[in-house]
Amino acid sequence: MSFNPKHVLGIKELSQEEITFILDTAGSFKEINTRDIKKVPTLRGKTIVNLFFEASTRTRTSFEIAGKRLSADTVNISASSSSVVKGETLEDTAQNIEAMHPDIIVMRHSASGACHYLAERLRCSVVNAGDGTHEHPSQALLDAFTIRQHKGEINGLTVAIIGDITHSRVVRSNIYCLSKLGANVRVAGPGTMLPPGLEKMGCTIFKNIEDAISGADCVMMLRIQRERQGASLIPSVREYARFFGLNEQKLKLAKEDAIVMHPGPINRGVELASAVADGAQNVILDQVENGVAVRMALLYLVAGGDKLQQN
Amino acid sequence: MATETIEILDKNGIDRALTRIAHEILEKNKGIDDLVVIGIRTGGAYLAAGLHEKLVDIERQDVPLGMIDVTMYRDDIASRSDLQVGQTDIRFPVSGKKIILVDDVLFTGRTIRAAMEAVMDLGRPQTIQLAILIDRGHRELPIRPDYIGRNLPTARNEQIKVNFDERNNPQAVLLLRS
Repeated sequence: MSFNPKHVLGIKELSQEEITFILDTAGSFKEINTRDIKKVPTLRGKTIVNLFFEASTRTRTSFEIAGKRLSADTVNISASSSSVVKGETLEDTAQNIEAMHPDIIVMRHSASGACHYLAERLRCSVVNAGDGTHEHPSQALLDAFTIRQHKGEINGLTVAIIGDITHSRVVRSNIYCLSKLGANVRVAGPGTMLPPGLEKMGCTIFKNIEDAISGADCVMMLRIQRERQGASLIPSVREYARFFGLNEQKLKLAKEDAIVMHPGPINRGVELASAVADGAQNVILDQVENGVAVRMALLYLVAGGDKLQQN
Repeated sequence: MATETIEILDKNGIDRALTRIAHEILEKNKGIDDLVVIGIRTGGAYLAAGLHEKLVDIERQDVPLGMIDVTMYRDDIASRSDLQVGQTDIRFPVSGKKIILVDDVLFTGRTIRAAMEAVMDLGRPQTIQLAILIDRGHRELPIRPDYIGRNLPTARNEQIKVNFDERNNPQAVLLLRS
């Protein structure tokens, strides 16, 4: 099969075969990142604009490195240093950028659906780098890639995701992605952070972390987003750490060879005890490394192929 | 429209061609020192494995074998519908080596151009030599093979197909005419 999308907006729209194709493509690109000369000419002459309306280090750097290693020209725009602070609307900003003929806009925005909104209005491709509390497709794909790297196959695995489920776009994309690939997805978090209707997405809900991680192959911890709503939904960070943080003792409930994941940035001592964050079971830096390969695959698949014939 | 199929080489024919190419390589390079064999995925990689076996058989000395996927180096990414990218697997240095690049069919030369660039990105080889099972003509670039299994002038609308069995051993070379 081949997969040649115009945009990558979310995992929800993708089929199992398409997800697998992206992961296989990423597997081929991974080798480039270990070469002496980390560059291939694949996207020479393509222009990629990283349009980030929210703070980001990992995702923006990862997309930028991915583009550069494919020989595309990448430009970064962050909201704090752009005309957004002068009151320009999202659509105006995007149209002005499009007038300069980029091939791909990689966007992060605090409003859910912002990428879909642009994708309907622009001629260039749009890749979602996180929109509000909706989706973060490249993160879910790099998570799946990392699980596959360590476990061989995702089908049949039990994956526990712990934290603020309501406000996490990472978790939404991950539930779609992992359940499409055949994993049993469990989620747990404080009652105030579990949205209604979650079970319809195909996961099992637990009220405490112990039950959720018992016998799990993979434990994915989410960050308490202190800059968002996190603070008012829990009595205190200390209490959260005690009941929903992962320490060495709780980790023993999971399978002996379970891996511990985190999308970063970590709040040490809150959702993840330092001993676990630095422990032998953590694959957090593998996730970051694989992120570049996965994003290379996404940019390549979006930029390649004959889009004109399709539309 | 009915498709006419003509067998150009059978299994034994391919084997003899590879044997001859192996001897030619050793003769031209005066032995096996510094040689490495790199096949272009997928057909070329299968043939490279066969050629590698023959070189080792004749010289009783191992040479490195790798395979390269040239999709990332192609010049037609914007017009291709199939975007599948395979793995490049070259676990040895190429700098200072004599590279024997292997492919099944030589046609426009664009794949070879991409493969040469891909190899050069990994280091600075001493030489790159090209071994081809079938040269069907119609070159669009100034590229010529050093070792040829069979010269086969074709029409543009004809197709050359190299069949492999489930163990990736070459079975036959077919000319398809529709």
